[in-house]
Parts: sequence; structure tokens; C-alpha cells
Amino acid sequence: MNTRGLRSQLKDSVPVTGMGPQVGAYGVQDTLRSGFSSVKNELLPSHALELSEKNFQLNQDKINFSNLRNIQGLHAPLKLQMEYRAARQIQRLPFLQSSHLALDTLKGNDESISFEDILNDPAQSEMMGEPHVMVEYKLGMM
Amino acid sequence: MALSNVVETPASGFNFENVSRNVALEGLLEGGHTKAPKPMKTGTTIAGVVCKDGVVLGADTRATSGEVVADKMCAKIHYISPNMYCCGAGTAADTEKTTDLLSSNLTIFSMNSGRNPRVVMAVNILQDMLFRYRGQIGASLILGGVDCTGNHLYTVGPYGSIDNVPYLAMGSGDLAALGILEDRFKPNMELEEAKQLVRDAIHSGIMSDLGSGNNIDICVITKQGVDYIRPYQESEYKDKRQRRYKYRPGTTSILTEKIVPLELEVVQETVQRMDTA
Repeated sequence: MNTRGLRSQLKDSVPVTGMGPQVGAYGVQDTLRSGFSSVKNELLPSHALELSEKNFQLNQDKINFSNLRNIQGLHAPLKLQMEYRAARQIQRLPFLQSSHLALDTLKGNDESISFEDILNDPAQSEMMGEPHVMVEYKLGMM
Repeated sequence: MALSNVVETPASGFNFENVSRNVALEGLLEGGHTKAPKPMKTGTTIAGVVCKDGVVLGADTRATSGEVVADKMCAKIHYISPNMYCCGAGTAADTEKTTDLLSSNLTIFSMNSGRNPRVVMAVNILQDMLFRYRGQIGASLILGGVDCTGNHLYTVGPYGSIDNVPYLAMGSGDLAALGILEDRFKPNMELEEAKQLVRDAIHSGIMSDLGSGNNIDICVITKQGVDYIRPYQESEYKDKRQRRYKYRPGTTSILTEKIVPLELEVVQETVQRMDTA
């Protein structure tokens, strides 16, 4: 395995962001929505897997795309990412459940079962968001 | 109830919100001299042997939770596919869920491709899954199966390490079982001899390890099919209860009985032709 090549791919991986303070409008801690801030809670992730799981899919995609680029040339990841972007836009409004059928088929998730399908299914979440707030957040208005 | 502090739908998969709360609780409990409940582990002896016609897997049936025996008749040999079975040691829930997920993934694959899955495929899926979670999923597994390339026996550790060997033992009683296996294993054994060897290995694990006990289960996988013998041998040390402690039927007297017939009437009937072309 070409470890030198792998290292150059990994340095492009999604940087460790940690849990930054939730910024609201005007760039200040949004106390009303996310509660009081505590430096200890936000600097360090409390579980060893928290950060790794948050960015897992993104990192896998980066590795796969750069492998594909090295093997088949620039057109291959370019076309695939174009299709991903198109499929990602086929969704219902933010507070409704969308099936992500096209995106799942493209990524191959329709042929495998993992913990994302069993645990914490958003369709069965006990909390519902306020529709207006969610749409405004999605559109970047707040 | 719609909450206005939820701005995005929660991501699916593992949820780490309660980790800091648990750490704080742990600190409080230790100070109060009480302990958090321990997860149910299968401190175990599991063993596997490759013989001439197939693979023989064996396991004990005790599941412990701290210092208490939680389950005396626990099934540690899990079904993966018609030609593969997997013994699991470690945290009981982790082994169950991991083998369930593996079995579902392989079923989808065999429906898609029309083939029986190979043992290497199962091992690779397990390895990827366990390495992704960096050993937090405490499952040590022995996977044995027969496919078109032959009889295989693999071990997968909790951090994702794999090993392909002709005989194997895992769990807390593995040292005792490995002693027996190292002494009497020969390549290309007959089926009956292999079953006896695995039985003896598990028996020595049961005798020498506190976390293993009760009955012995054996699973024989050959090209013709699978023979899951549960229990292969029951332990001699069973409880001899003095009386029956279950309630006789009729112990609780019935005071009144009221029957209300539910009358339904057909309101509407529609017939839709199904196109079975």
C-alpha cells in the first residue's frame, strides 16, 4: 500500500473542529437557544469516538474520491460529485422526513445496514422542531 | 410538541449527548460507595476446530454480570448465514448486535447476487465495523464456515485484528481450552474426533475458569448442512429444587366473568384485480 500517497490524502481530511461555542446572530454565544457555555464542555469531546464519528462519512468520501482521481483521472470524482450534489437537493422541507432515496442509492447505502439505520432513527425522534425556526435556519436567515 | 431550540433534525447513529452526564454520575456514585451497574459480559470459553469435512464450533452457556451469573442457558453461537456460524465472547449485547448486523448485510448481499457469501467477506465486514469503533464495541468473535473455497476458521478481535487458523479458543477460559487443543489437534481429523476434542476443550475451560460454566453447545458445519446441538452436554451440577415453585392453574380464583360480543357489520367491500402476469 502506498502510505506516502495515503498521508497526502489524509491531510486533506476534515479538520478537527471540536465543539465550538454555538454562535448566534452577531457572532456571540446564543444563550437563549443553546444554554450557558462552559469552556470545559466545549474544548474537549467527552467520548473518544465523538469526533471520529461526526466526520467519518466525510473522511471516507475524501479518501475514496482522491483514490478515484488517482486511478481514473479527474473526470471520475467530478461526475460523481455532481450527481451527489444533484441528489442531495431532492428533499422535503427541513422539518419533514425525507427518504434520501436517490442519495442512498448513489452511495450504496441501500444495500447495507449499519448502526445509522438502527439507532436514533430521525423518523422516530421524540422531539419535533418548530417548522418556521427550522426553515429559517436552513435558509441562513438566523 | 414542537421545540424551538431544535434547529436541525438529529443525526442518526450513535448519540453522545449523555456521556458527560454519565461521567458526572460515576463520580457521584463512587463517592457514595455504590457502583454503576455492569454490562452483561459473556466471560466465556469458545473454541473452534477445522476438520476434514467441515468446521466444529463449541461454546459454554454462562453469562455473567459482575459477580453474578446472569444467564445459565445463554446461546453464544450465533447464526450468520446458512453456511456460517459465529461464536461471540465479550459484552453480550455487543456480540449479539454485531452478529445480527453482519447476518443482515450478508442476507442482502446474497439476495442481490444470488450466491452464498464467502467467509472472507464476513470477516472483512466485521473487521471494518470493529476497527471503525476503535475497540469500544467489546466483541471477540470466532467465525467458522464452509464455502466454495473450503473450510475456514477466523478470529476477529475487538479492535479489528483477524487471524486465520486451524484451531482456536477465545474468551476468559481460552488458555485452558488452548492447552487441550494444542495437545491433541491433528490436521484433517475425523468429525467425531473433532467434536470430542472441542467438547474436551470447552470442558477444561469450564472447570478452570470462573466466568465459564453450565452446559456445552456444539455446532457442526459441513458442506451438507449445519448441525446445531444445544446442549451437547448438560452440566452435572444442576439445582435440585425441593418443590415446584410455580403456581398451579386455578390458584387465583375468578370472581366475575363478563363477555361482550363485538358485532361488526360489513360497510363497504371493494375488489381489486391483481395483475399476476
